[in-house]
Amino acid sequence: MNEIPASETPSGEGARIIPISSVRGTPPPGPSNSVDERIAELLALLRRRVVGDYEVDEFGFDPELNDKVLLELIRPIYRHWFRVETLGVENVPAESGALVVANHSGTLPVDALMMQVALHDEAHRAVRLLGADLVYQLPVLGHLSRKTGHTLASREDADRLLRKGELVGVFPEGFKGVGKPFSERYKLQRFGRGGFVTSAVRAGTPIVPCAIVGAEEIYPKIGDFSTLARLLGLPYLPITPFFPWLGPLGLIPLPSKWLIEFGEPIRTDKFDPEDADDPMLVFNLTDQVREAIQQQLDALRLRRGPAFPPFF
Amino acid sequence: MTHTVLVTGVARHIGARVAGALAADPGIGRVIGVDTVPPPALTRDGGALLGRTEFVRIDLRTPEIAQVVSAEDVDTVVHMSLVSEPAKSRSAMMEHNVIGTMQLLAACQRSATVRKVVVRSTTAVYGSSPHAPAVFTEDTEPVDVPHSGYAKDAIEVEGYVRGFARRRPDVVTSTLRFANLMGPRVDSPLTRYFAQPVSPTVFGFDPRLQFVHEDDAVEVMRRMTLEDRPGVFNVSGDGVLLLSQCVRKAGRTALPVPSPAFGMLGMLARTAGLVDFSPEQLALMSHGRVVDTTRLAAALAWRPKFSTAAAFDDFLQSRGMGADRPAALVDWLSGLATRR
Repeated sequence: MNEIPASETPSGEGARIIPISSVRGTPPPGPSNSVDERIAELLALLRRRVVGDYEVDEFGFDPELNDKVLLELIRPIYRHWFRVETLGVENVPAESGALVVANHSGTLPVDALMMQVALHDEAHRAVRLLGADLVYQLPVLGHLSRKTGHTLASREDADRLLRKGELVGVFPEGFKGVGKPFSERYKLQRFGRGGFVTSAVRAGTPIVPCAIVGAEEIYPKIGDFSTLARLLGLPYLPITPFFPWLGPLGLIPLPSKWLIEFGEPIRTDKFDPEDADDPMLVFNLTDQVREAIQQQLDALRLRRGPAFPPFF
Repeated sequence: MTHTVLVTGVARHIGARVAGALAADPGIGRVIGVDTVPPPALTRDGGALLGRTEFVRIDLRTPEIAQVVSAEDVDTVVHMSLVSEPAKSRSAMMEHNVIGTMQLLAACQRSATVRKVVVRSTTAVYGSSPHAPAVFTEDTEPVDVPHSGYAKDAIEVEGYVRGFARRRPDVVTSTLRFANLMGPRVDSPLTRYFAQPVSPTVFGFDPRLQFVHEDDAVEVMRRMTLEDRPGVFNVSGDGVLLLSQCVRKAGRTALPVPSPAFGMLGMLARTAGLVDFSPEQLALMSHGRVVDTTRLAAALAWRPKFSTAAAFDDFLQSRGMGADRPAALVDWLSGLATRR
């Protein structure tokens, strides 16, 4: 039986109180735990959630909900559906601030979720992604995004996170990347206005180029209901070989094989923070990052081979 | 140096407390409290609250205030009379807030004795928007400017204060943008909201909220009145609570309502005269608002005693609210699980 001191049990209560502090104070137990301890832990978690005894940061990031609930839900997809392999984790700083810049693809931003699991599980860091404001206008999606640590792609938020030494992630291609047709797979689109470079230079944090291979094949976009999309205020409404023909079934992503690679960091601390206002430097650095990711992508794609091994 | 401090808005709880705190300071010669109605504290429990504050009843919307300022040789003006909900009608509230400020600043501009003006404003001036950065600093340009209700009044008031500071650069002008007040004696739309057994929320949204404890609010106003710190400052307790978290801590039940229906509910409450429910409140209940307070901490070398969570806990405790029942349920469950 589980030995939890019941000294703090308030009188007049039939139920036993598990002191939260004692459970929380212990280091995270290994997988070899007894079932009882697991249950006690789960109940302590439930109690904290029910009485609101947890902390969120100023961006709305709820680490407990993220680690204990949301990531647990995504992890099976990462491990078993896409069989993601993550490479070059040593290029991600262990503690200090850095800006991860990745290619964006897959019609729905599943790549963002997989990158989050990769960085959490392999690099033990919570990535703070900068998302489009469309996300924050939508119900459910907006607040889930904040609770998992992400925020709006704005200069203020990017600067603030980098100053705090957080690991920030961006997809500079934006909708152009995630919504591009299948025929243009693995071709990097234009990189916005280089705002991410400006923020990195201002904070003096390294830029870690990241290539994600596999997301392009999950929903091959072969067409677009552009008029309907405009009516709904969406950037695009995709047609894939299975959507909308199979209805909700068409929303199941194809199980492509994924590789995520973090490349060698590009340092920005050799520049002066004021250099962030030099457009030429920003353009050049943006191109350098884009070049690096494209090369990484090409090499990684060769290395992966067929998208749906062992068939094709 | 002997000060004569004029405090507006002393008929309301927080204004009276600030006046009382200043009156308790031996370095201040006189404290004159003004308001449109006499403070209830005078008749009830709170003679102690106001201390040696001298009360003058004037209509803030009239030039009477100028007579008080000049006749009493006022050197410091603490403007606390911004109200966030209509006593009678929205237009009366706007007049009270905006015209009242204009009259007061007009009097200060003419005065040869006034050398400091401290204005209480609100973080509502930043609005709440999905397009805005997560954390507002004093210099953040609001993305969606609020155009109704209290927030609009506060923006106009701040506009007049800026104009005054420009015309009278010799006067130290401080503007304090307060987050939502919280505490045992605070009576606001938000505290009344949490007192309801069911808390309607906007479906699919979980706003980030910040509170400042009433004790800290009084202390900030007191320090700002005694020290010369010109500029605009955000005031809030450290940390953030999500609305869902507040509802859980209060032991209430959240009732998610689709946003159009939530807006309609609010309008009903507004027409019933319960609260000033403007579209800005709907935006706050959807997107929340968080401000950065490093500038204030640096200027005063002081941090609020209560964090956002501590302020809320203090409020809950004073009302005897809390998540006892859900907690007991989980404890009962754990009792079952561990007894086996």
